[in-house]
Amino acid sequence: MGLIAAEIERQGIPTVAIQLLRVVAEKVGPPRSMFVPFKHGYPLGEPDNPELQHKVIEAALALLENPDLGPRAIVDLNP
Amino acid sequence: MGEISEFSFSVRLFVKTYKWRRIDPTPWTSVSKPLSESRVAVVSSAGFVLPDQEPFDQKMKGGDPSYRLIPADTDVATLIDAHRSESFDHTGMDQDPNLVFPLDRMREMVESGRIGELAPRHPSMMGSITAPGRMIKQTAPQAASDLVEDQVDVALLIPV
Repeated sequence: MGLIAAEIERQGIPTVAIQLLRVVAEKVGPPRSMFVPFKHGYPLGEPDNPELQHKVIEAALALLENPDLGPRAIVDLNP
Repeated sequence: MGEISEFSFSVRLFVKTYKWRRIDPTPWTSVSKPLSESRVAVVSSAGFVLPDQEPFDQKMKGGDPSYRLIPADTDVATLIDAHRSESFDHTGMDQDPNLVFPLDRMREMVESGRIGELAPRHPSMMGSITAPGRMIKQTAPQAASDLVEDQVDVALLIPV
């Protein structure tokens, strides 16, 4: 997803990518990553848990609004 | 929990030894308006397709790098899991597609005013592409230009 994010960003659209493997986010280095402590297949936490899903999406969107971040930013979700 | 240790030995070895492509330089675009006025697109690598769309090729060497566009008004219950990888648990996303393609959550955020509106089309692709050449040369630029064409303001990328 990092490579896709970079291309979208390159074409002028700000992106934030949820990341399930911190080490991969660090190596690939897309513009904005939010690392989530969930297992693969569960990027927004849990099925049928809208509250948690909202929390994860909200935290990711907040990266777009954070003026202190720059390229290759990685923020950890605190669920 | 999102750690390499959850995988089988062969997948762990892959994550460790695979030559991940480093983005260099990493591009940067700042948001130009408040999210409450922004058009938002979801990009998911969960491999969902609609019933009338071609499923992803399960046998293509290196992984099928193509993508499908999912309309904003799609009922997530109609999405079909066409992701071939068995390296992750599909149970959750098959039970609740919003776990990986959260159109219902995004609609709720439009209703609450947190975001302006949903993009008309949302790219769906398959993760676990081990031969990313075509994905980098074709899929990514095409999907990105679809978003530009749709005048998308920000994109949220969700892997599985």
